[in-house]
Amino acid sequence: MTDFLQLFFSGLSTGSIYALAALGFTLLWQASGTINFAQGEFVMVPAFLMVGLMASGLQLYVAFALSCVLSVILLGWLFKRGLVDPLFKYGMMPIVVATIGLSIAMRNLVRAGYSAEPQPFPQVFPEKIFEIAGVTISAGDVGTFGFAMALVLLVQAFLNKTVTGRAMQAVAQNTESASVLGINVPRMIFYTFAINAVLAAAAALLVTPTYLAKFDMGEGLGTKAFFAAIIGGFNNSRGALLGGLIVGVCENLAAAYISPAYKDAVALVIFMVVILFKPQGLLGKKVERKV
Amino acid sequence: MKKFNIAVALVALAALIVVPGFLKNYGIHLFTTWLVFIIATMGLNLTVGYAGQKSLGHAAFFGIGAYTVAIFLKAGLSFWLALPSAALICFATGLALGFPALRVQTIYLAFATLGFNTAVWLVMRNEEWLTGGTYGINNIARPSLGGISFDGNLAYYHLVLFFTVVLALALWGLLRSPWGKAFTALRDNPIRAESLGIDTRGYTLLSFAIGAAYAGIAGGLYASQVQFIDPALFTVGASIMMYLMVVVGGPGYFLGPVLGAAVGVILPEWLRFAQAWYLFIFGAAVVMLMIWLPDGLLSIPDRIKARRQSREASAARSAAANAAQGVQR
Repeated sequence: MTDFLQLFFSGLSTGSIYALAALGFTLLWQASGTINFAQGEFVMVPAFLMVGLMASGLQLYVAFALSCVLSVILLGWLFKRGLVDPLFKYGMMPIVVATIGLSIAMRNLVRAGYSAEPQPFPQVFPEKIFEIAGVTISAGDVGTFGFAMALVLLVQAFLNKTVTGRAMQAVAQNTESASVLGINVPRMIFYTFAINAVLAAAAALLVTPTYLAKFDMGEGLGTKAFFAAIIGGFNNSRGALLGGLIVGVCENLAAAYISPAYKDAVALVIFMVVILFKPQGLLGKKVERKV
Repeated sequence: MKKFNIAVALVALAALIVVPGFLKNYGIHLFTTWLVFIIATMGLNLTVGYAGQKSLGHAAFFGIGAYTVAIFLKAGLSFWLALPSAALICFATGLALGFPALRVQTIYLAFATLGFNTAVWLVMRNEEWLTGGTYGINNIARPSLGGISFDGNLAYYHLVLFFTVVLALALWGLLRSPWGKAFTALRDNPIRAESLGIDTRGYTLLSFAIGAAYAGIAGGLYASQVQFIDPALFTVGASIMMYLMVVVGGPGYFLGPVLGAAVGVILPEWLRFAQAWYLFIFGAAVVMLMIWLPDGLLSIPDRIKARRQSREASAARSAAANAAQGVQR
């Protein structure tokens, strides 16, 4: 039982990182119909920004703050203006293909331009271990989970409680009515891209100490984020949280009790079961096809 | 025009038969790989370009085909039994995967196939008793038929060319049949196709499974060509590359895969010295292509034609308007 709980808690910590990436993914989808296949690379790039900034002598937290700003500019503004805006009129697939191209380009730019070797990254949380009722939990897991949860809840609160957040939701639900009501639609969509960029930078901060900064670190992470988003419900931002945690926990349990070699297939299996029985995801609403 | 096209095709075929004879082994190897990828992406073009289903797991079928042939040959069975089996197994797997995945549309299929690719790759890597794990399978034999041995590189190239031509003709026939028309109807407007009485589900499933079978044959030919396979050849990255080959060449154009496979196979070999930079430029080029030419390279002639037609039409309109004004005066 203690083993189970231990695995469960460390799974929650991994899952909360998936949830961060998945949340940004669903937000982009809701606001602009963008499916971002480069989501994993959107985590990798801030990781390298931080590595680069720290190499020039900055403290971790200063580097993190700066890379958040840079992410908003590069992965938010530039991504939207350079790629999504010109392709928006063609529908979903050209954006998907273009983001696939973008992910290849970003990965290999880092590989050829910076380094193909994994770069070490300092621990964010102290390396302490707690023991509660026989269950050992590391401070890193608690910190990761807490930080990620806080961010997710903050985004939720922003979306539900502030005027800007509600305007963003209005844009996501019905772009035309929103613009008729005088909401500045392009700006709201840009905010979504900016939030996605910050969430990716935060995910980078949490994931890099264990995964190390490597040009292909985004590959697995991006796929898990997609699956988490769809499992939870593609059109529901709470779904991303649920999906992320489910994938993280199940993966950890399966690795211990079934087979570590097939850990990466867990998300796929859950995904297949979910789309067989509830294609709209666990928390999603059903959307009718438009003729 | 029709006769002209056939003549061009025959000249191209003659060139493909003769030219590699003048090349060194490496050149023949490149040409063979190109043909193998043409077969694989032809299948993907049917699924993606004609039937409009986004499949990102084509390398999994390619890999299943390759491992089937390798394992059959290692078990002492004939290549001529192994290759059809590879196609059949891929066809059946395509049906089994497509059945749940095609319940939901477009992007879900992309994710399902992507995940399927990961799962297949994990099996290849972990089930050592069957696939040799990360060590792969080596010394895969080349076939012979009725006393003719295809052991030599050039002979094997001609065998692959034969398969490419036969499979291309089969696809051509399929696309011109009512079935093929149903596939395109499905892509252009699924709901209208459904209301016209086309069994949408059945046809999507079929297009997906036939595409998978093409990949299986290509994989089987590839296994015998390179004589050594390991799981690294069949990753999600390889699938994405195949998808991009189709998109770059021009999805829904019959010759799209020929061009796409050249971009995806021959160019990277030439630019091997700068591999990571090449991939960077390739990725960036895909982004540019989507922005300026979302229908692929082969849509350039159509675009030029459309532009000329619209210019001619507007010229005719203004001429007619001038003439009408002249009458009024």
